[in-house]
Amino acid sequence: MNLHISPADGKPIYLQIVSQFKYMIAAGRLQPGEEIPPIRVLASDLLINPNTVARAYRELEMAGWLLKRQGAGTYVSDRGSPLGREECLRLLGDRVDALLTESRQMSIDFVELLAMLEERNRTLSASAEGTNHDGSQ
Amino acid sequence: MTEANDAVVRITGLSRRYRRTVALDGVDLEIPRGGVFGLVGENGAGKTTLIKHILGLLRAQSGSVEVFGLNPVKTPETVLGRIGYLSEDRDLPGWMRIRELMDYTAAFYPKWDSAYADKLREAFELDPAARIRNLSRGQLAKAGLLAALAHRPEFLVLDEPSSGLDVIVRRDILAAIIRTVADEGRTVLFSSHLLDEVERVADRVAMVYHGKIVVNTTMDDIRATHHRVVLRASTAPDLPGILSCQQRGSEWSLVCHGELETVQAAIHRAGWELVEMCSPSLEDIFVARAGKSASSLEDWK
Repeated sequence: MNLHISPADGKPIYLQIVSQFKYMIAAGRLQPGEEIPPIRVLASDLLINPNTVARAYRELEMAGWLLKRQGAGTYVSDRGSPLGREECLRLLGDRVDALLTESRQMSIDFVELLAMLEERNRTLSASAEGTNHDGSQ
Repeated sequence: MTEANDAVVRITGLSRRYRRTVALDGVDLEIPRGGVFGLVGENGAGKTTLIKHILGLLRAQSGSVEVFGLNPVKTPETVLGRIGYLSEDRDLPGWMRIRELMDYTAAFYPKWDSAYADKLREAFELDPAARIRNLSRGQLAKAGLLAALAHRPEFLVLDEPSSGLDVIVRRDILAAIIRTVADEGRTVLFSSHLLDEVERVADRVAMVYHGKIVVNTTMDDIRATHHRVVLRASTAPDLPGILSCQQRGSEWSLVCHGELETVQAAIHRAGWELVEMCSPSLEDIFVARAGKSASSLEDWK
């Protein structure tokens, strides 16, 4: 597991943990039923206050991403994936909003932005195919 | 005089003068039990003077200081026996070897845990035969930290522990703070000018400015009530709770204090174009607040 915390991010640290867990679960890097590190272990790894980690876990638990088993650790919940897609779209929505705002500030019009998205998508798919091809040889 | 209300430290109306200089000016401060309390402020703001009162090294000229419900000047052995302390200048006896330092410190603390002390010494890679005067800055800090931690104090006081140290040793110190609070009910007081460290580990933060406490609240509250706003406006925007304002071309970058809704409503009413709004880092807030004149500081108490 690889979380990255930056106090200067402009986002409270517990929310940084929450969203990174959501990304990892949604991306399948954390599987349903997988155990996540105890609070004090993650706190020492990331060098942050244990209360902050506890708060992030509490939030993820309440939203149904994590499941606490009495005295036996905390696990990724089984219903992580369907909920995950909805959350993915919401998270992506935030990024789309930011992208739109920025392009407006730079006076790049929507049609141009759309063309750029398609162009980037083609490049990405092409390079992904390239790596798959190399991998299969 | 009791610990029932669960404050480890209670300071009321504490003032201190050094000749004509006012080092502390009517300080009221409570440090609740459990968690990490960050003390920030410029050099010479009064942080170390405040800590010396908590340790009973200075007697209150006016006002009162209670630690665990006791006066630390009157009952130093009771109070200090429950505190682990690491100072910025780590005044350890240079002629001692690490092993001797451990034995010597152990004699002061009935609750000294030798097994834990050895574990810390190994983790910090300190040679028991090394003389203190030959240690590097980082090793010296680790030796001081070992002495402060090995009696498992219920209250750990660190005065600028990271000052002048490399990033590896700073990580060791932060990890020690985290392990200390992870143990139920223990309390850490941590003064630092490295605000990103405070932001990482503190539950509460108090800001000292010219001998006064100007901010004292939870890290969450600080985050929720301070905003960095970038606006496009022809003249300097006059937002409520404004702490700092910088012009960059036609854009104004401000830090302000208040409820998010109030700030948003004010921007909307004035018709300024909002370019960006985010939560500033503790360092941004500190710089913005320290930039204000001392007279207007009174308003934020």
